[in-house]
Amino acid sequence: MSAAPILAAFRQAFAEAWAGGAGALLPLGFLGGTAVLVPLGIGSDTDTLSAVGPGIIWVSLALSSLVTLERIFQADVEDGTLDLWLQTGAPMAGIAAAKTLAHWLAAGLPLALASPLLALMFQAQASLELLVHLGLYALGGLAFFFWGGVGAALSATVRRGGLLISIIALPLYVPTAIFGALAMTGGIGSDGAPMLLAASTLFACAVAPYAMAAALRLAAD
Amino acid sequence: MFAGQGEQAKPLPVTLLTAPLLTARDLAILRGERVLFRGVGLSLSPGEGIVLRGANGAGKTTLLRMLAGLTRPEAGDVARAAPHHWIGHKEGIKPQESPRGHLALWAQAWGSKANIPEILEKMALKRAADVPGRYLSAGQRRRTAFGRLLLEERPVWLLDEPYTALDASGKAMLDAVISSHLRSNGAIIASMHDIAGFPVTAEVTL
Amino acid sequence: MWSAFANPHKFLKFSAVAAPLFYGAGALCILWGLWQGLWIVPKDEYQGGDIMRVMFIHVPAAWLAMASYSGLAVASFVWFIWRHELADIAAKAIAPLGAVWTALCLATGAIWGKPTWGTWWQWDDARMMSVLFLLFLFLGYMALRASMDSRQKAARAGAILAMVGAINVPLIKFSVDLFTSLHQPASVITADGPKMAAVYLAPLLVSSLGHGLLFGGLVMTHMRTEIRQRRIARLTAQALE
Repeated sequence: MSAAPILAAFRQAFAEAWAGGAGALLPLGFLGGTAVLVPLGIGSDTDTLSAVGPGIIWVSLALSSLVTLERIFQADVEDGTLDLWLQTGAPMAGIAAAKTLAHWLAAGLPLALASPLLALMFQAQASLELLVHLGLYALGGLAFFFWGGVGAALSATVRRGGLLISIIALPLYVPTAIFGALAMTGGIGSDGAPMLLAASTLFACAVAPYAMAAALRLAAD
Repeated sequence: MFAGQGEQAKPLPVTLLTAPLLTARDLAILRGERVLFRGVGLSLSPGEGIVLRGANGAGKTTLLRMLAGLTRPEAGDVARAAPHHWIGHKEGIKPQESPRGHLALWAQAWGSKANIPEILEKMALKRAADVPGRYLSAGQRRRTAFGRLLLEERPVWLLDEPYTALDASGKAMLDAVISSHLRSNGAIIASMHDIAGFPVTAEVTL
Repeated sequence: MWSAFANPHKFLKFSAVAAPLFYGAGALCILWGLWQGLWIVPKDEYQGGDIMRVMFIHVPAAWLAMASYSGLAVASFVWFIWRHELADIAAKAIAPLGAVWTALCLATGAIWGKPTWGTWWQWDDARMMSVLFLLFLFLGYMALRASMDSRQKAARAGAILAMVGAINVPLIKFSVDLFTSLHQPASVITADGPKMAAVYLAPLLVSSLGHGLLFGGLVMTHMRTEIRQRRIARLTAQALE
């Protein structure tokens, strides 16, 4: 048993993410659209916008992960690729993790990279802190993608599975959303929040692949 | 090597020297609450070509998926003594993958050093080699999938309706690939409606 | 007696007697608890006056919400390991009932919160949030099961999700606890014994026991229905062959 199937799965998923869904552009457009609509909806007051900005970016990150994830395993079920990945002899958890990671790189990380720009649109002060936030969005987004991946794997055979993914993934997103927001507001009790965010992301990376693997074996059955 | 629906096993040539590559015992599967089939067993030895037959919906694909380890049987078990190739109904080609890219990807996944241009040539895919999957015809997709069989030598081939969507030259090409596999002591289990040209050594009827 | 939970025939026999007993005893406990709670115990002005009497439904509902998710997780785990069909039937029966009690807990909490805290819903409150996410876990479980095309797949998908949810519950709880709580600290179960006045404690415990019994009875009835429905489906399939 070697890591070759896992690397190949990563390569295929990465190519698919860029080819199928216009890569990072679609989620970025989604994020940008949300970010532009919010000031139109709640008014252009500088203080309000800078207060809700980080929260809006977290919400958009969660939502765009759900939008991206709907197809990642469903497409594999439909075109027969899942059958092949299940028969490589490599652990399915590794393959599922590689695919999730590839989609995070193609859709989640660009969102985090774009976050300083959006933060400025939400009237945040231009400072190095925005880069720290970028790191937090990247980390939190990774947890979103892994838990969302469990929802995606469970609903891979379900038509209109996107709706199901959201309701399955929502409670699993809670710790990340809370730790992430806490780490940014810098209020009371937020000292350890970045570490907690990192820990909960690691937890997601450790647990979610096994659940995805079990769900994918079911999807192929 | 044949037993279906509780009928008596038909005696078949016994290969004394070689252990079976794949054995299935007493398989049963439910679809909802309906018993799709039960008591199905078979054993596949080197050089054998077993054909699965049955009406539409009898469970040929399901049985093949069980033999491949994709579908979990409700009862019974499958023992796989050798690695296998799987060619299902759906070819497993991504819309952005060309035949060349598809074969290169699976060569990487399986650690195969096969000569991909040669395989493309053999499958008559030279002209379509770099066309993305979404533009391939059904026959070209089948040929690409069969190319996987040549990436790595594996004793057991599990083929679901292999001749579907192939033209006359495609069928001849597949016949050649199959008979060379059987001659080199490989074995095949295939579901098929029309067995013209396929070197059948046994049949399992569902 | 444990074999009654592994064998559908024994379960049907056992529950035929047990379910009505549970209903009867549950009703007695709930009625006594409500009578005590609504008419006998003195009201506590600090907790909002007469409205604090909703506690005798709210607290049992909260306990049951948590207990039922634990039950769902255990049943799913048992099914995943041993593939006992009865464990899946139990999980399927627990989910909607657990969701109902969880919703009851949220509703009574809001009713209690409005006059006491001045708001129906308090985002800062850890317990409210935890219970809300518990409700989402139940709803997600039910939605997933409903969207699978056979009972075998529903069982497998449901078990995976329930176990993923169960290992996340402590993390969700912990993260939510980071938010400051408006509730007073735990007052029934503490290290130095119950702090709550005995006059409230007795009706509360009896009422909780009653809700538990009612819940148990309903789960058994649901399971009996499900066992028979599966039997009907099986017989229908056989008859059609």
